[in-house]
Amino acid sequence: MSAGERYAFAAYAVVLATVLVYLVIIALKVSRLERDLGELAERAHERRAAEERKERVPVG
Amino acid sequence: MSTSLRNNQSVLLAAAALGLLGSGVALALFWAPEDADQGFSQRIFYIHVPVALTAYACFGWAAWKALRLLWLREERYDLESYVAVHLGVIFGVLTLATGSIWAKASWDVWWTWGERQLVLFLVLFLFYSAYFMLRYSVEPGRRRANLCAVYALFGVVLIPVSFLAIRLAEQFIHPVVFNADGPQMEDSMFATFLVCLAGTLALAGALYHVELAGKRIDARVRRLRELLA
Repeated sequence: MSAGERYAFAAYAVVLATVLVYLVIIALKVSRLERDLGELAERAHERRAAEERKERVPVG
Repeated sequence: MSTSLRNNQSVLLAAAALGLLGSGVALALFWAPEDADQGFSQRIFYIHVPVALTAYACFGWAAWKALRLLWLREERYDLESYVAVHLGVIFGVLTLATGSIWAKASWDVWWTWGERQLVLFLVLFLFYSAYFMLRYSVEPGRRRANLCAVYALFGVVLIPVSFLAIRLAEQFIHPVVFNADGPQMEDSMFATFLVCLAGTLALAGALYHVELAGKRIDARVRRLRELLA
């Protein structure tokens, strides 16, 4: 492989690698959001269950 | 715009970026004729110039959104302008990296301070990099949005200066491919360049939509957490 070919492939590889790193960062963000949403859904579910229990308590 | 429409746009842009960039790289490396002067390393042109033009487009888009924010006072334009600057800086890094590699291959130097085009692009890049320092040193809110919008608008003035610098320079080693007579290259080279440019613009568009969607979901999750606290 000539020096020109090496430099050309290096330039294309830099762009590809950057796009891949960006994709990995986005994938990590999505998985964090998924985890956060799961945690919030669980918290909302617990709160609803607690409110339902409170409503069932006989008054008087 | 509805969420499903936005998702469809992202998918379409991502598919277009994959197809166009894949074809563009194949055309650039295997189909476009070899430059008689620079040889194989000239093929860096097909990625370096589209990436640089995409960086300019992102900064221009950020300025447009900043103008919309200042004009219409709608909060969503602040986030849109920020995401466009973010992408412009990423494409700016790629422009500097691919440009350095091309400079080393053609001129045997990684960088030269004597070239106005290079120095002005670096100034533009550093200007927009400083945008993040401004953004994260001010409390979120209307004041921060206005400051960032004004900053993004000022930066866009540097784009025509950077673009025209090479044409105003008296002595340069940076090649001039596009002048008043049109593109100074063979039709097959120009076609390859256009496919690569369309690919990088589609890639920027797809990343813009994905990043924006991520940031909007993040903000909603934060609000939801505050409500459930």
